[in-house]
Amino acid sequence: MPRINSPAELEAFRKDIISKRDPDKPCIAVCTGTGCLALGAAHVVTALKEEVKKQGLKTKVDVRETGCPGFCERGPLLVIYPEEICYLQMQPGDAQEIVSQTIVAKKVIDRLLYVVPSTDKDEKIVQESEIPFYKNQMRNLIGNNIKIDPKSIDDYLAVGGYSALAKALCQETPEQLVNLVKSSNLRGRGGAGFPAGIKWEFARKSADKTKYVIVNADEGDPGAFMDRALLEGNPHSVLEGLTIGAYAIGSHEGYIYVRQEYPLAVENAGIAIKQAEEYGFLGKNILGSGFDFTIKMHQGAGAFVCGEETALLMSLEGKPGEPRPRPPYPAVKGLWGKPTNINNVETWANIPLIINNGPDFLTSIGTEGSKGTKIFSLVGKVNNTGLVEVPMGITLRDIIYKVGGGIPEGKKFKAVQTGGPSGGCIPEEHLDIKVDFDELAKVGAIMGSGGMIVMDEDTCMVDVARYFLDFLSDESCGKCSPCREGIRQMLKILTNISEGKGREGDIELLEELAEATGDASLCALGRTAPNPVLSTIRYFRDEYEAHIKEKRCPAYVCKELISYYIDPDKCKACMICLRKCPAQAIIGGKNQIHVIDQEKCTKCGTCFEVCPDRFGAVTRLSGEPVPSPIPEEARIIAGKSKKDE
Amino acid sequence: MANKKVSTAAMGSSKIDKIIAKYQGNAGSLIQVLLEIQSENRWLPREALDKVSKKLKVPLNRIQHIVTFYKAFSLVPKGRHEVHVCTGTACHVRGAPRLLDSVQDLIGIRPGETDLDLKFSLETVNCLGCCALGPVMVVDGEYHGKMAPAKSEEVLKSYE
Amino acid sequence: MSEILLQIDGIEVKAKEGMSILEAAQSAGIYIPTLCHHEKLQPYGACRICTVEAETGGRTNLVAACVSPVQPNLVVRTRSEKVDKTRKILLEQFLAHAPDAPALQDLAQEYGADKDRFEKESSFCILCGLCVRYCAEVKKKNAVGFVDRGARREISFIPEIASKECWKCKECFPLCPTSYLQAAYHLTEALVFPSPSFEPASEG
Repeated sequence: MPRINSPAELEAFRKDIISKRDPDKPCIAVCTGTGCLALGAAHVVTALKEEVKKQGLKTKVDVRETGCPGFCERGPLLVIYPEEICYLQMQPGDAQEIVSQTIVAKKVIDRLLYVVPSTDKDEKIVQESEIPFYKNQMRNLIGNNIKIDPKSIDDYLAVGGYSALAKALCQETPEQLVNLVKSSNLRGRGGAGFPAGIKWEFARKSADKTKYVIVNADEGDPGAFMDRALLEGNPHSVLEGLTIGAYAIGSHEGYIYVRQEYPLAVENAGIAIKQAEEYGFLGKNILGSGFDFTIKMHQGAGAFVCGEETALLMSLEGKPGEPRPRPPYPAVKGLWGKPTNINNVETWANIPLIINNGPDFLTSIGTEGSKGTKIFSLVGKVNNTGLVEVPMGITLRDIIYKVGGGIPEGKKFKAVQTGGPSGGCIPEEHLDIKVDFDELAKVGAIMGSGGMIVMDEDTCMVDVARYFLDFLSDESCGKCSPCREGIRQMLKILTNISEGKGREGDIELLEELAEATGDASLCALGRTAPNPVLSTIRYFRDEYEAHIKEKRCPAYVCKELISYYIDPDKCKACMICLRKCPAQAIIGGKNQIHVIDQEKCTKCGTCFEVCPDRFGAVTRLSGEPVPSPIPEEARIIAGKSKKDE
Repeated sequence: MANKKVSTAAMGSSKIDKIIAKYQGNAGSLIQVLLEIQSENRWLPREALDKVSKKLKVPLNRIQHIVTFYKAFSLVPKGRHEVHVCTGTACHVRGAPRLLDSVQDLIGIRPGETDLDLKFSLETVNCLGCCALGPVMVVDGEYHGKMAPAKSEEVLKSYE
Repeated sequence: MSEILLQIDGIEVKAKEGMSILEAAQSAGIYIPTLCHHEKLQPYGACRICTVEAETGGRTNLVAACVSPVQPNLVVRTRSEKVDKTRKILLEQFLAHAPDAPALQDLAQEYGADKDRFEKESSFCILCGLCVRYCAEVKKKNAVGFVDRGARREISFIPEIASKECWKCKECFPLCPTSYLQAAYHLTEALVFPSPSFEPASEG
């Protein structure tokens, strides 16, 4: 592959790629993102490729391994072009039928389609874009994921890739670019929501020959995988944004800081860097503009705090990820003491869109203070787990119900947790707020990087607060004392409450600790660590009080406060729970009513889950004593029919 | 993947030299060097740390801090099978704590530990990003989704 | 270096650019309590006992005086209800580690901190890092360092270095605001130099 030396050569090359591609040629695009791979997508790809070969269609059909389109709940998924037929929950065994029926005979296979839930007649949807999960999104950033093979730079070029880079380097001055990003009102997608253009301007104005630009791909929030999907599904879009930013700021060296827990993102970004170097989009004299830029990749070694930008810099310098005080800000004194601009993956991926389509592209979408789209990972107790990209200003209710399909199993919604471990839990009453940086903050949560965890009636809010504090107590760097000691004490209190050892005054003590931790900690981790505690107290104080005063866990989650009990009137002695109990805590036998040995019971809940619904004999108790077991002689069930076994 | 070879001996020092050379002995690459040694050898023997300290001219106390600060590093040999239970938020609300409890009971070790037969190592991970599968357990890179405590027994039994 | 004018506790203070609030206060004879600060060492900002209120542009923040640079027109309050409350609870958390440490007791009296407010912790160390930093920055021996992170962070001697360097130095002992350091050293000594790994002996 010869180097591309000018915007004209780029366009000629792009034309050449597109002309060699027949838009009517069938293409089976299979998602091979991490989620679908975990569900066996690799076997589906192998089966499809074999089948295509077997049926002698190797030159007539493409099988493309793509990035993640987001509908993880129904993976492995594939889309067949040009008709855009979407099949879900694929198995390797389906390959033969897909090739012979859909590809050859042009027939849609009904059973692989999306079925609209809760309609009387099974309404099925053929086209990907018509599925409610996708239909209610605005997929500016992740829309291309299913259309391209992330390992192929030609695929990226075919959808218009690197045209923004050419435009930026050859038609705009760095100052113009900074102004363009400023006028787009793009706010950083990593959490704090700081205006990206202003950040760029600071770095641009720092007078130093050596400057750095960095992609923060240390996505550590549990339950969040937006950045992974972008970096592994469309790595060139991130590289393109970074290179444009480097030119605007005056930097010639960039880093991608990516967590090593994302091996596929590491692999695909690595391949993308190599390809971009070969094509001349990185290196010396990019596209004949005279601008030089290189990108190195650095893997994080497993520390949540390194998502904080100053801790990230420490880690890049080969040190423990201990945040340092700001000021001085990285834009003045960053990596190795040089001016540095750090943006998160999604922020960088927005840049080519702004350059190509103008700042209005962003400002026409969203609310007063937050423009453009935002990717969320919608997870937890929601029907359509996955990655969703929506316009800023959409309501939480629309995200959870229209896109997410609501709560599974007819359960009741309790809260949605946004913003990762530093975020907050938002209750039903605030579901109609518009999702943007400022509105979320008003209800005690934050946008964060875009994690959105839905919780239903089976979620205990004290347990949720305890969970996040446990996470933070492990992930705090431990250097500054309000964070380390404050989290330690809050976690102790929360653990006590969840174990039935809570005392009057604990809530107030939590609030006092939260205030000191939030006020006096050095970095954002500590300053926001109280959020999960404060927001759960604010909206779910009654649950705290039930734990403290009644020793009762209303959601039946806190192990020390619940018991399992078999109702002797309902037990049919079917032996299922007895066999499945991992602790051998169930006493009973054939025709003998089962009884739980409370001493042995580990409260794993297996008996509750396996007891057939038609019996419903296993119940959960909390805040009340377990009735004493019925005497042994009363346990015999006479004349029991075989049917019930 | 079923039978990863367990190496308890220190890896060859020439291999370490090679890794260090790749990063041109740059002290800033300390974490990258350690990550590569960890990935080659699956744990960091003391000899390797001494060597890295000398070659990169980074004091041992800083290396000690780094290898205990970052979760990717292990200072003890790992078992034949690495079990990871995801304790990310999505898995947590879907019952990961109960899964972890039963896995601990079944293999008799806690997260961060390796059993005496070097059969299993158990770790928790904060999120694997396949939340649709939660609760998730990964054994030697193979994903087991929607795990209930009872199901984990079946899965773990299949590993020798 | 240009001169910066700021106000601390109502007093006009002249400071040099690059100075910390703590240094500016000290130069004006205004007292701010510290635990992890030492004049021979780089400012560290870990204990946060030097937390003060800093008002600039109409916004008031709590900042650690030792690592916050002076700015023109900054208004600093070294005591306020909020500052005192923060220091009090920080001290109470330290006292859970080292209830009998004189340095902490003196401050506890000043701020009304209750040493029994929190359950006692197993380690005396409040992780001020004076020993680690002194050994690295002044003595350049790196015999003691931090291990782990979060709530499990602690200090630990490198046995091989400690066995060679520490017995004749021990300059860090008097720096320790609690009596933890000495104990840690003696433990290391007792574990017989050199130990085969960084792991506690029980790991075998």
